[in-house]
Amino acid sequence: MLQTATATSATAGRGGEPLLVLRSVGKTFSTGVTALDGVDLTIREGDFLSLLGPSGCGKSTALRLIAGLSTPTSGALDWNKPLGDDCIGFVFQEPTLLPWASVFDNVWLPLRLRGVSRAKAAPAVREMLERVHLGGFEDAVPRELSGGMKMRVSIARALVTKPRILLMDEPFAALDEITRFKLNADLLELWQDERFTTIFVTHSVFESVFLSTRIVVMAARPGRVFEELAVDAPYPRDETFRTSPEYAALCRKTSGVLAAAMGEATDGGH
Amino acid sequence: MAAIERPDLTRLDAEEARRLRGEQFERIGRWLLPLLIMLAAIWLWDRICVWNEIPHYILPRPGVVLLTLWTDAALLFGSLLTTLKITFLGLALAVIGGVGLAVLFAQSKWVEMSFFPFAVVLQVTPIVAIFPLINIYVDNQTAKLLLCAWIVAFFPILSNTTLGLNSVDRNLIDLFKLSRASRWQQLWHLRLPAAMPYFLGGLKIAGGLSLIGAVVAEFVAGSSGQSSGLASRIIEAGYRLNAPRLFAALILISVTGIVIFLVLSLVSHLILRRWHESALKQER
Repeated sequence: MLQTATATSATAGRGGEPLLVLRSVGKTFSTGVTALDGVDLTIREGDFLSLLGPSGCGKSTALRLIAGLSTPTSGALDWNKPLGDDCIGFVFQEPTLLPWASVFDNVWLPLRLRGVSRAKAAPAVREMLERVHLGGFEDAVPRELSGGMKMRVSIARALVTKPRILLMDEPFAALDEITRFKLNADLLELWQDERFTTIFVTHSVFESVFLSTRIVVMAARPGRVFEELAVDAPYPRDETFRTSPEYAALCRKTSGVLAAAMGEATDGGH
Repeated sequence: MAAIERPDLTRLDAEEARRLRGEQFERIGRWLLPLLIMLAAIWLWDRICVWNEIPHYILPRPGVVLLTLWTDAALLFGSLLTTLKITFLGLALAVIGGVGLAVLFAQSKWVEMSFFPFAVVLQVTPIVAIFPLINIYVDNQTAKLLLCAWIVAFFPILSNTTLGLNSVDRNLIDLFKLSRASRWQQLWHLRLPAAMPYFLGGLKIAGGLSLIGAVVAEFVAGSSGQSSGLASRIIEAGYRLNAPRLFAALILISVTGIVIFLVLSLVSHLILRRWHESALKQER
């Protein structure tokens, strides 16, 4: 137990190879709004990186830039390897499922679009559904599922292609707290198994501290990196961690930084 | 879906018991009330004919109309078949044309912006006014009628399907982009299924309109005397003051329209029942 803890914390730190480097990335929309300005950020293999900040700080814009759904106005994104077909998993704030398709077909979709037949995809899809605790729900359609279960399908769909990086845009913001805690724990369990690099956008201090290896606190107007915090608590983390003094201290520290980031934004506004 | 359990009435409080009774009445009333009103109206119609001694060539009694429907069955149903043939062929062409054009429009905003006005022009111009032109340019009688039914029926399918193809969740489109989906994959796996409820809504309207288009076309074409559909039966009966047959033909057209609507509603329900909001059972 102790051994795994030290082993995991070794990889959890700043030890991983750089996967993606953002070099003074800026984005200005045609409306004249500067969403991001001079963002420098290094994402390492196996990171669980949270982007934390008030609304309007460009967290989601940053995620869209990384996903390639949008291009930066200035600066560059350097990947360690050229982007192939199978590198990005994306989980939206809403489950964003095909309402007419079964749970199985929804998870199969990204493979299907890459030309993988139903029979060939079936083992991977079923395994992924087991891992998000949805075994036996293959034939249900989204409207028969609860909000938390829909989000699980969405996570399974994002991970079924074994992406190089998983991007999550406030995925649990619309869920009730009990469901959110459960999904946090389950997501962490998945991550601890495979250490897929994750960027997690959130506006919840508690969520970011519970999950992340690193927290990037962002400030708004214009969106920029305010401060990076390492979360040095070892994995596996579970409900004991959530009630530990260590967790409380980390939350207090992070809240302080967030408050400073927001204070500066308001000052800058004058 | 679990089997419906009959709740034990004795164990319900007064409010719930009243609600349950109310629901049962409503279930029965939904069918019974319109039926009773219809029967009452027919009875009143019959009485008015008797009380005022109206001759049957002005207003026939319902019984006489019903008898005509029976005695003239061969003639009337033969004509109905002709009208139905035009209606369904027209509807089929409307589906092909409407969906085809909508898919074309969905490929590019420019195509849609450029050509949609033509569809609107075609829709707002009364078909009766266009028919003389069709009469000049088209020789074949069936083709004439089909063209009319098509013009009337294709617009709701086109406009609804276009709307449906364009109202896809932006995030789902992003997801397809992330998977490097081709335009064709996006259309087949995302836009077409998303447009299905809209298309089916348009189809329900188009079914009725296609029948109207077919009948109206026969009416206008009827003067040339080659048509044998229900409309020409009505014109013929009008000339001969054969009011019972006129009424019988009219009833046949209405009933056909209702049946087309019900069948298309059923088809729509069967296709959407598992996933779409419109087909969900209301749960308090």
